[in-house]
This record gives sequence, C-alpha cells and structure tokens, in this order.
Amino acid sequence: MATQQTQLLARTLLTPAVALLFIWMIVPLALTIYFATLHYNLLDPGSESFVGLENFRYFLTDPAFLASLQNTLVLVGSVLAITIILGVPLALLLDQQVVGLSIVRLMVIAPFFVMPTVSALVWKNLLMHPVSGLFAWIAHLFGLPAIDWFNDAPLFSVILIISWQWLPFATLILLTALQSLDEEQKEAAEMDGASAISTFIYITLPHLARPITVVILIETIFLLTVFAEIFVTTGGGPGLQTTNIAFLIYSQALIQYDVGSASAGGLVAVVLANIVAFFLVRIVGRNLEA
Amino acid sequence: MARMVTTRNKVISTAAAWLVGFLIFFPILWMVLASFKTELEAFAIPPSFLFFHWTTENYVTVQERSDYLHHALNSIVIAGGSTLIAMLIAIPAAWSMAFSPTKRTKDILLWMLSTKMMPPVGVLVPIYLIYRNFGLLDTRSGLIFILCLGNLPIVIWMLFTYFKEIPKDILEAARMDGATIGRELIYVLTPMAVPGLASTLLLNLILAWNEAFWTLNLSTLEAAPLTVFIASYSSPEGLFWAKLSAASTLAIAPILVLGWFSQRQLVRGLTFGAVK
Repeated sequence: MATQQTQLLARTLLTPAVALLFIWMIVPLALTIYFATLHYNLLDPGSESFVGLENFRYFLTDPAFLASLQNTLVLVGSVLAITIILGVPLALLLDQQVVGLSIVRLMVIAPFFVMPTVSALVWKNLLMHPVSGLFAWIAHLFGLPAIDWFNDAPLFSVILIISWQWLPFATLILLTALQSLDEEQKEAAEMDGASAISTFIYITLPHLARPITVVILIETIFLLTVFAEIFVTTGGGPGLQTTNIAFLIYSQALIQYDVGSASAGGLVAVVLANIVAFFLVRIVGRNLEA
Repeated sequence: MARMVTTRNKVISTAAAWLVGFLIFFPILWMVLASFKTELEAFAIPPSFLFFHWTTENYVTVQERSDYLHHALNSIVIAGGSTLIAMLIAIPAAWSMAFSPTKRTKDILLWMLSTKMMPPVGVLVPIYLIYRNFGLLDTRSGLIFILCLGNLPIVIWMLFTYFKEIPKDILEAARMDGATIGRELIYVLTPMAVPGLASTLLLNLILAWNEAFWTLNLSTLEAAPLTVFIASYSSPEGLFWAKLSAASTLAIAPILVLGWFSQRQLVRGLTFGAVK
C-alpha cells in the first residue's frame, strides 16, 4: 500500500515534467493562434493589426496551399506504400534462417541512423546526378538515357530518398512483430496441410495488422512534416513541385517574413497532425490496458 | 519441435537477404568510398569501385577549410546536453508513474504522447520570434532546450515501459525490511533500471544528433551542429563530392555504431511500447 507520504513524493516527482510539457504545448500554440489573427510582417514592423480570419482565408485560398497539400498527401501516401509493400516481404525474408543474419540486419537498419541532410545530399549528388551520378552510369550501361531526377521527377526523387530512410524502420518493426508470432501456430497450420501462401494470408498477415497500423501512424506523424530533405535538395522547387505544407510554412515565415500567414498555416498543420494523432493515441492507449 | 528447413531453402534465403541488405546499405558504402577518392575521381564516369587512388586528404581538408571539429563539438554538446537534461526530468516522472500509479496516470501518459504529435512547423513562428527576442537564435543553449522538450515525451515513455517491468514484489520486500525510499531507489531500483536507462539514453542521443528541423531553422554558424554543417554543402553542387562524403562519413559514423547497439530498443522507443 502506498502511504500518503509516497503519494505526495510521487506527485512532486511528476510535476516538473508535466509543467514543462504543458508550457511547451500551450505557450507556442497560443502564440500561433494569436499571430494567426494579425497582419504581421517582420519586414514591416509596427504595422501589426488585428485582421480576424483574413490570414486563414489568404492561406487556404492561396494556390500554393492546394499544391503543397497535394504534395504532402502524395509524399506521405507514396512513402507509406513503398515502405510497407517492401517492408513486409523484407521482414519475412529476415525472419527466415539466414546465415550471418545479424550482419544483414545491421546493413538493413543502417539508413535509419543517417542524418536527413546526409541522406538527401548523398542521394542527390553521388547517386542521382544526371551526368556523374551512379544511376546515370547504370542507365548508360543498359543503353538507356540518363534521368535528370530532380528536374524530370522532383517529387518522386524526394519520395525515393525518404522511402530509403524509412524502409528500415518499417522492416524492423514488422520483423519484431513476426518474431513474436507463435511458431507452434504456424506448425499446426502446416501439419494440417496449409500451403505457405494460406499460412501467410490467414496467420501471418492478421498478426501483422497491428504493427502495420502502428508503422502507418508513426510514419505519418513524421512524414507530414518532412523538411530537411526538401530543404537541401530542391528548396521546394522547381516551382512548387516539391513544396509540402511544412516547407510552405517555413518559406512564408523565414523567407517572406509573413508571420500572420505562416501562423495560420501552422495551425492547419497542427489540425492535420491531430487527425492522425487521434488514432495513434487510441491504439497505444488500448495497449496500455493490456 | 523446430521446423525442418532444407539446405536449399537456407541457401536461397541467405543469398536473397545478403543481396537486399547490400543494396539497402549501398548508398552509405558508396559515400564512404567516395570520401577516400580525389574530387576528380569522385565524379568520374565510369566510376571506380575499389581501384582508385585511395587518399585521406579529404578528411584533412574538411577540418582545415571548414572547421569540422567546431560543428562536431556543437553536435556533441547539443545532443548530449539535451538528452541528459531530458533524462533528469524524465526519470523522476517515469518512476512516479510506474510505481505510484493513480487513476490519472494513463491519461497523463497519453497526453504526453500527444504533445509529441505536435508538428514542429506548427510552432515554428512563435519559437523563432521568442528566440530572436531573447537572443537565443544560433546558441547551443537554445537548441539544447528545444531538443530536450521535443524528446521529453519519448524519454518518459521509454523509461516508463522499462520501469513498469521491474517486479513490484521486490520493492514490497525491501519496504518490509524497512528500507526508506532513498535506499530503495539506490540499492534496489537503480541496478535493475540500468539497462533501460542506457537504451533510453542511446536512442535519444541518436534522435537528437540527427534532428534536422530545429537545428536548420534556429542555428546558422556559431551553434550549428553537423546537420546544418552538412546542409551547407547543398549549394556548390557537384564540386565537392569527396569532401561532402568525408564530412558525412564522420558525421554519421559515431551514430551508426550507437544505433547498431540499440536497434532492439529502437522499436520499443519509437512505437511507445505498442510493438515489442
């Protein structure tokens, strides 16, 4: 039984963390909401005035918003699809008896530990450069014309780089889940004469449903605000072709110094992320009960 | 009963796994190789894979021309500082929630998780302005503070899931024997918590080291860690591949080593215990 003394102690120990996170959550958010209702440009100091919802109207009807919303959705959707469609077979492969598995696993997980600015620049220059990149050379070997990745398919190039960074994450989580799958269940299915394919469909896949959901939610949270990869490769261009919501807000805030509009955009991003967060928090919460 | 695996299957899956692993790892390998080439060889076509003139000159130049060590030190101070402070705040909180849970503990945990869901870009404007007004832009302490807050929910969550696994009976026994809370903490809990503390520390060092939103937006030169330093190679395109590779290799090497050690804990830390 916890005594009153320990309860008091427990509360005291918890307070700093709760207070800090509370301030961290409330203060910037409140300021963002406040700024979003102002006409406020850093290049034009002293001209701040209340404009109500004008910034939201401006941000939401800006053609750049629709373009960047579309880019954000395409980027998130594509990376999710690629990492899961490749991640499932890869996890299944690593779950087999493989000689030197630990080394293979190290190689597979490595990209996740590479800082985003390094991955983006190495891919952009060493691999995807239209003249001197390795891909151009490989295309040349097969007698194909080299692809000018960042001009011809800029968004796809960014998607490719980000997928490479997140494939290890999806694979590792799915592999962890596979390893907790009961061997006996699979054996029983095999003894009953189930084929490998039906074992996969009726036993393995249902078991993976939850980890796949978790991968989707967590990746979405991070992918909604991809920034560094775009910042160092395309700068959002050409035109708006690789501008996502995060990059649009950044450019309005720190390039055009339009605080009001960027804040309105920031709130749009918060709302988008919260839709995803709602589901993730529920799944994690259900797990806490168990 | 172990399932019978034929030798043929084993050979096929081994070959396939090694091939895929190699392909995924290849960009990193290619970068490391490029770091030992001369600038001319680094973008020569056809590329040379192993038979080039190996040189370590790039590593020397990177330091001489751009003060690599300054940025590496920034990375160490910022990642290390923010992680340590986050641990100091998180350990008592996680301890309290794991060992004296109340009705609200679950709600508090989920609320903490939800603060992590806030997209950084949503609060970029106020943070930038606050930092500008308080002179925190491009300072190490400014970055330590923001990364600490950003990672705090993950640190608390990881520690909580580890502490939760320490059997309560042991604490009861210690209390029966008349141990005070202080003694209980030092002699009973700490030894059992060390593995969890270590992996939490590792994972958060990695996250802080690689963080590239706040570091890119809030620092330029003085406090710039390696993420920002590497980003500065994005402008003179095509000219400094070997040096870019050398700087990148140095920047990711320590974290790759740490990451390989902590890969098992990674799953747990990043899924908030939802996948074990």
